[in-house]
Amino acid sequence: MSVLHIINKSPYDRSSLDTCLRLAQPDSAILLIEDGIYAVQKNAAAAQKVEQALANHQIYALQPDLEARGINPDNMIDGIALVDYDGFVKLTTDYDKSQSWL
Amino acid sequence: MATKKFLYVNRTAPHGSIYAQESLEVVLIAAAFEQDVSLAFIDDGVYQLMQNQDTSGIGSKNFSPTYKALGDYDVSKIYVEQESLELRGLGKDDLMPLTYEDEDDDWAEKDSIHVVSSKELAEIIDQQDVILNF
Amino acid sequence: MTIEAGGKTYETDEEGYLVNLSDWNDELANEMAKADGAVLDENHWEVINFLREYYEEYQIAPAVRVLTKAVGKKLGKDKGTSKYLYELFPYGPAKQACKYAGLPKPTGCV
Repeated sequence: MSVLHIINKSPYDRSSLDTCLRLAQPDSAILLIEDGIYAVQKNAAAAQKVEQALANHQIYALQPDLEARGINPDNMIDGIALVDYDGFVKLTTDYDKSQSWL
Repeated sequence: MATKKFLYVNRTAPHGSIYAQESLEVVLIAAAFEQDVSLAFIDDGVYQLMQNQDTSGIGSKNFSPTYKALGDYDVSKIYVEQESLELRGLGKDDLMPLTYEDEDDDWAEKDSIHVVSSKELAEIIDQQDVILNF
Repeated sequence: MTIEAGGKTYETDEEGYLVNLSDWNDELANEMAKADGAVLDENHWEVINFLREYYEEYQIAPAVRVLTKAVGKKLGKDKGTSKYLYELFPYGPAKQACKYAGLPKPTGCV
């Protein structure tokens, strides 16, 4: 019974990512989309908790949203996997259910 | 129709936006379909269950008494995250008492509110079929 | 839409539910029933008054399943059946009784 947690809010604006990390089971995955993408940035205030989360969770980021925001993939925290829209759809079917944090 | 497990996740405070009231309305409507419904109150969502809310001074409907009707609608699994309460300086005593009558136990009145740790709530989320966020 | 009772005019929505809860009075309930070709007796009033009390306490009009259960508890088991309530309010106990009680359409009414 694993969950795909979807985060679409900036970690600097909302507590969605913090709450998700607090409530995600170790086998669940996290997908960053829309403004949730800002959590991928290296050397940023939110980077440490994302790096720690990578120990227990697969973390994905939606590439078109990354590109739209001008974030260089080289500045992305190591271990985060990029997915395109097809990959997004596949993730939602690979996991039993999705939890779209608001 | 097979019964599915529905979890309504509430993370917004009650009077600053329409989310809380809309969520409650959806829960009451969905309860008519006799599914297995649970509610989770996390982050500012815990403020929805505060005792003694009085909106008479702000000109909006006080929907907080409606939470007390949830038991009548057979919604009896209400999970409040301990960490969210603590962070806000709150405890269970600050929340409205919510109860239901247990059909399988000679209609004994029982507490609907369960204060749970993040770890317990993570497991509850994991057990659901459908998760809806407000 | 409007409805008249006791020489006064009150505003209702397109289905005949009272717009302002505080406008409600006995005479208005009788007029609403008359418009549906019904006459309210003490059994109707028992349910109408029960609904007003329920709304006062919970701020919602209960769904029919909830109403049936609650009426049984409050007014006696023989009255807590959908048969009894449908006989009193053939257009649907929650909808019709709520209308006469001046309440909005019940939440969770499908």
